[in-house]
Formats: sequence, C-alpha cells, structure tokens
Amino acid sequence: MTGLAFVSPWIIGFCVFQLLPICLAFYFSFTEYSVLESPLWIGLDNYAGLVRDPVFWKATANTGVFVVLVVALGTVLAIGIACLLNTNVWGRTVWRAMVFLPSLVPLVAAAMVWMWLYNGELGIINRTLDPVLGAVNALLRTDLRSPDWLGDPGWILVSLVIMTLWTLGNAMVIYLAALQDVPRSLYEAAAIDGVSRFGRFRHVTLPMISPVVLFNVITGLIAAWQVFAVPYIMLGPAGGPGRAGYFYTTYLYDNSLPYLRMGYASSMAWVQLVVILALTGLILWASKRVVHYQGGR
Amino acid sequence: MARTSGIGSRAARTALAALIAALFALPLLSMVLTSLKPTEQTLADSAALLPEPLSATPRYALDNYIGEVDDDGIVIARGVWTDPIVDFPLFFRNSLIVAILSVTGAVISSAIVAYGFARVRWKGRGPVFGLLLATMMIPFPVLMGPMYIIFKQLGWIGTLRPLWVPAWFGVAFSIFLLRQFYMTIPRELDEAAAIDGCSHLGILVRIILPLSKPALAVVALLQFIAVWNDFLGPLIFLQHREQFTLALGLALYQSQAGNVPWNLLMAASTLVVLPVAVVFVLTQRTFVEGIATQGLKG
Repeated sequence: MTGLAFVSPWIIGFCVFQLLPICLAFYFSFTEYSVLESPLWIGLDNYAGLVRDPVFWKATANTGVFVVLVVALGTVLAIGIACLLNTNVWGRTVWRAMVFLPSLVPLVAAAMVWMWLYNGELGIINRTLDPVLGAVNALLRTDLRSPDWLGDPGWILVSLVIMTLWTLGNAMVIYLAALQDVPRSLYEAAAIDGVSRFGRFRHVTLPMISPVVLFNVITGLIAAWQVFAVPYIMLGPAGGPGRAGYFYTTYLYDNSLPYLRMGYASSMAWVQLVVILALTGLILWASKRVVHYQGGR
Repeated sequence: MARTSGIGSRAARTALAALIAALFALPLLSMVLTSLKPTEQTLADSAALLPEPLSATPRYALDNYIGEVDDDGIVIARGVWTDPIVDFPLFFRNSLIVAILSVTGAVISSAIVAYGFARVRWKGRGPVFGLLLATMMIPFPVLMGPMYIIFKQLGWIGTLRPLWVPAWFGVAFSIFLLRQFYMTIPRELDEAAAIDGCSHLGILVRIILPLSKPALAVVALLQFIAVWNDFLGPLIFLQHREQFTLALGLALYQSQAGNVPWNLLMAASTLVVLPVAVVFVLTQRTFVEGIATQGLKG
C-alpha cells in the first residue's frame, strides 16, 4: 500500500492526462464532433475518409520522407561526430559544447534563425553560395543557381532536414557517453590481432554501442514524426508552396481546432498511435539479430 | 582517456572537429550578430558577419533590444523589448511563471513517485514501471485534441494551468531518471534510518533527497528546457494574448507585424534563446558534479 501511495500521483496523472485522452480519442474517432456540439456517431466514416483524403496522403508522405531522412542521416552524422570528438582532438570539450548547444534552442527561435539563413537574397547561405556557383558557371559554362530554400517545393524538405540535423547534439552526447563505456581492452585485443581501423569500428564499436543506437533510432523516429513547429513557422500554416512542408501533425492540428473536426483529427491520432507502435515493434524485432547485449539477453 | 586510434593525425582531426563545431555555431552566431546590426546593414549587399558601426558608435548595439533614445531622453525608435504592439516583457513573465510552477511540480512529484519505484516493494511494481516506460512513447499530438476538451470542461482554457498542472503528477522520464539514481544509493543508509524509527517519507526527505541533488538538478533543467521550448501546447491551450508564452509571442511577433526587419526578429529570437543559454552555462557545473558523484560510488 505504501508503494502505491508514493506512486499514486503518477497513476492519477496517467489516467487523467493520458489514458482518458487516448480513450476519448478512440471514441471521437467514430463520431463527427465539432467541439461546439455533442459528438454524433458515424461509425468508420472518418477512417474511410482518411483513405480518400489527398491532403492526408500528402502530409503522410512528406512526414515519411522527412522521418527516414532525419533518422538515417542523423544517426550516421551523430555517431560520426561523436567518434571524432571522442578521440584526442585539442579543445574537444569546446567542440562538444558547440555541437550540443543548438539542441537546446527553442524551436520557434531556431525556425526564425534558419529563415534568416535560408533567405534567398539576404541569407548568409546563398550569399556564400552565389559567388561560388558564379565561378563554377563561368568556368564550366553551366547555369547553376543557389536554391530557393523555402520557396521551391523541391527544396523545402531538404531545407527542413538540414535544419533538423543541426539539432542532433542531444543524440551525439548520448553516443559519446556510450563510446566512453566501450572497454579499451577490446580495442587493444583487436589491434593485437591485426584488425584494421575500420574493422575495429565495425566489429568492436558498433556492436558495443548498438543498444544505444536502437534507443536513439526509436526515440528519434517518434520525435521526427511529430515535426510541427519549425515548418509551421517557417512556411506558414499551409506548409508553403505545393504543401511541400505540410506534415502529419500539422494536418492533425488543423483538423482539431482550426477546422473543428475533432472526430476526424481523433482518427488521425489513432492511426499515428498504431503506426508508431507498429514501427517500434518492427524495429525491435528486426534489431534482435543486430543489437548486441553484453552478458547475453 | 584519450584514444589515438582515430583516422588521420591529431592536428587534422582537430581541424575537422573545429570546422564541424563552427558550422553548428554559425546560425546562433549569425543570430546574435544580426541582432546588433542596424536595419540598413542587414539589407546591404555585403555578407559581412560583424555589425559595422559597433566600433564607431557602441550605443547602437542594443538599439534593437531597448530602442533608441536621443540626448534629451526622447524615444526615437522602439526596440523589441519596448515594442508597443507585442508585449515581450509580459510574455517573458508568463513563460517564467509556467517554467517555475512546472519545474517545481515536476521535481517534487517525480522525486516522490521515483521513491515508490526504487525503495518500496509492492505487488505490481514491475508491470506499473513498465507502463511508465511505455508512456514515454505516446506522442503529444495524439493526446492534444481530447486534452483540449478535458481542459475546456475544467474551465482551464484561456489560463496558464494546462501548461503546468500536469507536471505536478510526475514526468515519466524524470521518474525513470531519479529511480535509476536512487538505486545507486546504498540501502544500508535507509535501513539504518528505518531502525532509528524513520518512516518512508522521512527516509526520502532526510536520506535520499540530500544525496540526489545532482539528479534533481538534471530533472529541473530538462523540465525547464522542455517547457521553455514548447510551442504546440501553448498554441492549443492559450487563447488570449495576455497569456502568451515567449515562444508563442515570438511567432506572433513574426506573423503579426508582417515585414519585421531581420535585425529586430533576431533580437527577439536572442531574447528567447538567452535564458536557455544562461541556464546551460550555469548548470554545466552541476552536471560535472553529478557525474563526479556517480564516479565516486565505484
């Protein structure tokens, strides 16, 4: 009883702020609910509507591409940078802090800063790129132009991915801690056996940090799927030209309050919950053969 | 500690590390420097990073923040902080209220709940702890619609309550973190206290908490960052401008004023980032202390 008493605040909070909303969303997802009037039972209409809704598919496709790019590139870059900053480089605590800090920046401020950097005429990126491309064009008689980062539907996803990779510092720090836990004796043994540098990374480092990679991939996936604030601010509520920056959470948000279609939004919420659970399960299942747990399972 | 098995020489690797770190630092550097420039310079052709008149008239530097006052003390230009349309001091105050209430709540409640998971044996503890870990995976967008309905029923929409009350019921990740930390504290200490007649609450307050300061500081820091950075929560639950938090206010500033000059927008962004940066610098020592404490147990 004492234990339950200590834990009771969380149990109450869980029931009121998580379990109840999830159950309500399940119920709402079978209703037409404008918030202003009571919910009206419509069966599976919301889910059937999702299947036929081109905006839903556009938002889902954008989100899928974004998630895959951010998780894949983010994992490779974060591990790479962590490995580099784990070696005996001079001033490494400074470099570590510099890479980490952007992950603490409030997303709204980060969005403002990157709008400024991406600005077509005044932004620092194109101001740096323009002269370089000019020289290349003069030399090779090509016609390369700096991208219109936030104006060209073909570039918007790329711009958002680059901006998101800027915040990989958090994952980098977690990898760094994992790398420091790898026993040196393993590297020494491998070196004595004549294993190459790449071989040591492949057969010592990667297996030893693989549980952490798994953790970061799953949390990264769940976080990336929720992308909202940055495109919402950078490109406006509609997601920019051709809805290229319109994402799952943006549509979910739009349906719930601005459009007052809480039932439809709730069906999206449940689809998201099921997709996240399925993807996590899939990753956990697929990782069984790859992830190495010390001392067996 | 240092390993020499990396690729390339030490100097080459240092150069690469510096280059990467510079790329990560550039956006924030550009933000701060732009915030110090007069408008004409942000529109000029030169891509100069440094604000030009900084050397000539240092007084310029903070114009974008606090406005410009002539020699007679009359306001010539408004800065971000003194903007008549968008009230940043008010947003700052709102963010601070939410941050203080929610950090306090998260620390107190998580510290209590974690004790129940780490130190008290009870039936079903394992499964409930598993449930706690699983809830960390639930995305906020899934909950936000029904939460809005619940808060509306409670009459909380249009107040700051939806942003800080839930933190008083424990934050899953903080509970997990504190539970892991409590487990490293030797049980002999609370057994001795129990023999002396100390209750569970007494053990928590007198033995566990004083030893857990570094972990509690980490919990406070994480909660502060999460609340200060939150955008979607305030966007849904707040209605009146008087309640806006800084993150929401910054978005309002950008959309409302339409063509906000970049230097002013960067000044406003710097204001939002500044508290986080200050907290990070101040708590770095706590982090080191926390790591040192954990190192001692071995």
